Amino acid sequence: MARGILIYAEIMKSGYIAPVFFSLCAKAVELSAKLDNAPIYALLIGKLGVGEKFKEGFKASGVDKVFVYVDDRLENYSTETYSKIAIDLVNEIEPEIFLIGATTQGRDLAPRISSQLHTGLTADCTGLDINEKGQLAATRPTFGGKLMATILCKKMPQMATVRPGVLPFFENPVYKDTEMLYKDHKISEFPTMPLLRDFIKDSEELINSLDSAKIIVAGGKGCKSEKGFVLLKELADVLGGTVGASRGAVDMGIAPQSVQIGQTGKTINPEVYIACGISGAIQHIVGIEGAKKIIAINTDKNAPIFQHADIGFVGDLFDVVPELTAIFRNKKEE
Amino acid sequence: MKIIVCVKQVPDTTEIKWTENNTIQREGVESIMNPYDVWALESALQIKREIPNTIITVVTMGPNQAESMLKKAIALGADDAVLLSDKKFAGADTYATSKTLSQAIKEKLSNFDLIICGQFAIDGDTAQTGPSIAAKLDIPQVTFVEEITEIRDDKLVLKRKVENGYEIVEVGFPSLICVLQKNTEPSRVMAAGAIKASGIDVKVFTADDINLAAEDAGLKGSPTYVSKAFRPEKRGECKFLDDVEMLSAEIGGVNG
Repeated sequence: MARGILIYAEIMKSGYIAPVFFSLCAKAVELSAKLDNAPIYALLIGKLGVGEKFKEGFKASGVDKVFVYVDDRLENYSTETYSKIAIDLVNEIEPEIFLIGATTQGRDLAPRISSQLHTGLTADCTGLDINEKGQLAATRPTFGGKLMATILCKKMPQMATVRPGVLPFFENPVYKDTEMLYKDHKISEFPTMPLLRDFIKDSEELINSLDSAKIIVAGGKGCKSEKGFVLLKELADVLGGTVGASRGAVDMGIAPQSVQIGQTGKTINPEVYIACGISGAIQHIVGIEGAKKIIAINTDKNAPIFQHADIGFVGDLFDVVPELTAIFRNKKEE
Repeated sequence: MKIIVCVKQVPDTTEIKWTENNTIQREGVESIMNPYDVWALESALQIKREIPNTIITVVTMGPNQAESMLKKAIALGADDAVLLSDKKFAGADTYATSKTLSQAIKEKLSNFDLIICGQFAIDGDTAQTGPSIAAKLDIPQVTFVEEITEIRDDKLVLKRKVENGYEIVEVGFPSLICVLQKNTEPSRVMAAGAIKASGIDVKVFTADDINLAAEDAGLKGSPTYVSKAFRPEKRGECKFLDDVEMLSAEIGGVNG
């Protein structure tokens, strides 16, 4: 009988494990308690040495056993190689649940695995629980966030992905005597396509600022030109925050792609999010729901962004934003 | 080059509203081609402009009404269209959908070089069907494609959006790519295209036509099922302010 919870421990391009893995571990500890203490497994794939590098991190994350596949040829993610390794492992250990972070890599990998394992996959869950029958009850938004659906799976393993920033981390670490199990793989038999030629990295400043920002001032098409973003930057600077953008602004070429927030950009969790001239397409909304407070400034009082905002201000950002900047500058000087 | 473009007819989710009885109001909501799939078709047309003898076939699984969407795709430049329509297909999750599409491709369109899908469908937002099809056909996949930067007879060079940057990736054929939306205007239907579309019949296939067993299709062939659907918790009402001082207090209030 299938038993245990397997979690994919994605190594990011930075060389560290994706934070979403640790939030999945925290959830797995909770689910395991409802499954007669089912064991928690992790799958780690990477270059030589990654097992030792992350061993201590696994020990504090409630993981019982880590299955490690290492080879220098495994340093870069490849859909086919990684999915074949994961499928081999699932067939061997037969977990009842398999959780994967809904990062770009996770979204590429998870359906490839579930399709070949002939099982179901629930994408972008916002809630995971065990029902009275011991099944994984995966809740996710659908129809552009207008409907929530709780989805069950009648095959094993029951697979689900969760977006980064949606589930909380451990309040206190859960220590276990984690076993690191090094496994053989057949990488030399795996295909070499697609070939990764190059990675063009966004600037370091841009990468880190949105993830850790307490205040984000973001602009949309309503910024009209780069001048609009200059105003947002001034407000962000006086608040000690950072600037983000909607896809609309990025596509107009008035903001860099690296600061894009939303479905194809970043998921953010600031204390305050100030949306200026952003209409609030659902693809944008899914990226900002983690914000503690959402403030929207828009000329159109019927803009969808107001349905998702805590505080609304109907007005032109070209008037409102400089006024706000002036108010905060005065406060600073006092 | 032979290209298959997978498209889906979706309700325009921006128009979906809740009724007073807590049900989703679908009546009167317009059906559109999934916006990401519009860009899948555009990408195929981009290749066709560079490799003129390219044949583009659009494929969808859906009810008979989806034929109008396929006709529009032909009017936009596709050469052929396949509608997979059967009561047995109803209620399919992404697994059963990809099973049906891949089975149809194996049975009826096996001589392809490239499959193009939209990265997401705006009704389900799962981003699963494309990679699931690639898995079932055992061909390479490249997802989150922002741009096709180079088109050659034996390969494509793609710019792919990932966290904190872009990847430049090369892929040969046969393969499957999932594309993101662009914010420029997609092609419009021209008179010549509309005339062409009127002369091309959409091919309609049932489960039997593609040798798909009833237990592999639709609800029966779906490993997942919805146990409960409910209205999301609202964030609470938006409090509207009309004074910038008060607005600044809301921003500053949190920071202490």
